[in-house]
Amino acid sequence: MLLIKNGRVLDPASKTDAKLDVLLDGERISKIGANLSAPDAEIFDAAGLIVAPGFIDLHCHLREPGQEMSETIETGTRAAARGGFTAICCMPNTQPVNDNASVTRGIVERAAAVGSVRMWPIGAASVGSKGEALAEIAAMKDAGIVGVSDDGKPIATARLMRQVMDYCNALGLPVIDHCEDASLFAGGVMREGPASVRLGLKGIPSQSESICVGRDVEMALLTGARLHIAHMSTLGSLEYVRSAKQRGLRVTCEVTPHHFTLTDEDVRYDTNYKMNPPLASSEDRDALIQGLADGSVDAIATDHAPHHPASKDVEFDRAPFGVTGFETALALGLSELVHKGKLPLMRLVELFTIGPARVLGIERKIAADAPADLTIFSADHTWTFRASESASKSHNTPFDGRVFRGTPMATIVAGRVVFRQNKTGQA
Amino acid sequence: MVQRLQHLLGIEPLTREQITFLLDQAKPFQEFQRHPLKKLATLRGKTVAIAFFEASTRTRISFTTASSRLGADTMSLQAESSSLKKGESLLDTVRTLEAMRPDGIVMRHSSSGAPEFVAQRLEIPVMNAGDGTHEHPTQGLLDALTIRDRKGTLEGLNVTILGDILHSRVARSNIHLLTKFGSRITLCGPPMWVPRELETLAPNVRRVVRTEEALQGADVIIVLRVQTERIHEPALAAEEYVLGYQLTPERLRLAKPDAIVLHPGPMIRGLEIDQVVADGPQSCVLEQVTNGLAVRMALLYHLIGGAAVDAPHPAKE
Repeated sequence: MLLIKNGRVLDPASKTDAKLDVLLDGERISKIGANLSAPDAEIFDAAGLIVAPGFIDLHCHLREPGQEMSETIETGTRAAARGGFTAICCMPNTQPVNDNASVTRGIVERAAAVGSVRMWPIGAASVGSKGEALAEIAAMKDAGIVGVSDDGKPIATARLMRQVMDYCNALGLPVIDHCEDASLFAGGVMREGPASVRLGLKGIPSQSESICVGRDVEMALLTGARLHIAHMSTLGSLEYVRSAKQRGLRVTCEVTPHHFTLTDEDVRYDTNYKMNPPLASSEDRDALIQGLADGSVDAIATDHAPHHPASKDVEFDRAPFGVTGFETALALGLSELVHKGKLPLMRLVELFTIGPARVLGIERKIAADAPADLTIFSADHTWTFRASESASKSHNTPFDGRVFRGTPMATIVAGRVVFRQNKTGQA
Repeated sequence: MVQRLQHLLGIEPLTREQITFLLDQAKPFQEFQRHPLKKLATLRGKTVAIAFFEASTRTRISFTTASSRLGADTMSLQAESSSLKKGESLLDTVRTLEAMRPDGIVMRHSSSGAPEFVAQRLEIPVMNAGDGTHEHPTQGLLDALTIRDRKGTLEGLNVTILGDILHSRVARSNIHLLTKFGSRITLCGPPMWVPRELETLAPNVRRVVRTEEALQGADVIIVLRVQTERIHEPALAAEEYVLGYQLTPERLRLAKPDAIVLHPGPMIRGLEIDQVVADGPQSCVLEQVTNGLAVRMALLYHLIGGAAVDAPHPAKE
């Protein structure tokens, strides 16, 4: 038994915001209340800290199987734990692609053996994510997937999207889409705008994303399926999602910390600023923050995309897209959104907990008998992020050396403390 | 006192004073090109690495000649013959070059920002000889020298740049340089290659749709090459380009009578420029080539020779 004492419990599901103790018994929460005592329990003093339901990351890349030089399930889940995440959804663009139950089982079993947090894989929508035949979605569901996506690229055609949606609707799975129009994307490496023109880097117009979001919303209207827009980055896309929600469609979306923090004006000839979707205009960034605040955006997801230095330490236009994100996500949310007065703390917690849970169709709460998955964080601790000290195998982040206010202090998965640091930042 | 340069990566970060200094330094080297004996000992014992990761003839020859006329030795790398074809990274290639102890590296690369990437990782001065669609700073300098010689100033001129601006590193360097001196830039070309964002590059940059209007009152016309190798979009038919944007004698008459015509080369006669204009009295094309040598000698002297920047020099402005 573990008794978490003196913390400020923030539970969006019950709208609780109070000084309460939480008693964990095995893998479940046993009791919540003021001044609990349990003589046999180990005590976790959470004075000055916030106790929240376990964070869920809807979008990450762990590179195993296939690219273990960049990340493994072991290192990736350790980084996730340090970021306060208790469950993560790994995208299927591994080698081989997670498009069948044996790959799914391999990931789930590996995570059970060496992983720090819960692993909820996303399966490919089509075989090899090639956009042709449907993947073995039902078999993968039995093996543990919680959604499908051809992430890294969009589900290739409207026709295939219709089939995937119909099929997943019957299976009760959300369809997650990485939205871009290949003909507009066309070899671009950053968002098209004044910065791309100045740097002489090939630009990708924002319509590359929103055109595809528009298509997907139309398909959701046709099929009634659950559609989730991955790493949404533009105002145009947000408008499609807002209107879909108003029409009662089951359409959700996520935004990454780098997209609510940085803009295309921050891009330099440094491949740690190269990601897909690319950093957007300040108008888009401000719209995303507005969407996070008003409920149009459902979740914050990291799109943690580790790349080995050998692949990133190259010319900008030759580098792969992607940045790491687990260990900076909460710190960015607190520093950029909460402390700047753009989001109440409760709303930020929602975006990491019940927001992503709803996308997956599950609950997330601090209540008796709920799974003992908790994220304990400081909203105020000031610290400097050092990529070299990251638990991830890769260090491709634009936030190296950035000073943050707020950090995860402990991550508890199924009653087990998988990450803990003291107030001086020592893990 | 002028801030000493470590590298020359682009015109954009330079101050007006730094540019004026380099142009003034180029003056004696202009006269030097007419000398019967074209060899100085200034950089004797120095080595310049000339690393071209993208095909080039004139810029490579110009830098090689500039180095040798200053007395420096050169070592040359061309993409075709290099280990890049065998999969070596840019970083490994330039580190290998650096280990042979050159005193500076002149670099051309098809990726925008590649010289900056290298400059951050090597100890020696890096000279950008053209990077992707970003900048071609020595072209900007030699164009400025040519314009200043002909017009007596770089201030208050009406400069029209014609062609594929979006994919032109020459245009970017020219725009940054000339606007720093208060000249006004008019951009004109096929609209998909002249996006509105170009107007945010610098103050006093405007776009004009019709070539005839763009040429009205121009003091300087810079005609760009149609960069077929850099265009990913469907290309415009040559006939359409000629019809809308070729600099013809008739169109040239719309500019000021003493307007000059520049072209960074290589020129495609009959496409972006008419034969008669290319060879006409207003054309500065060959002067540009000679000035290229002078500017590059001045640059090499400044970056590798350790010339004192605060030494007295005749003010030209």
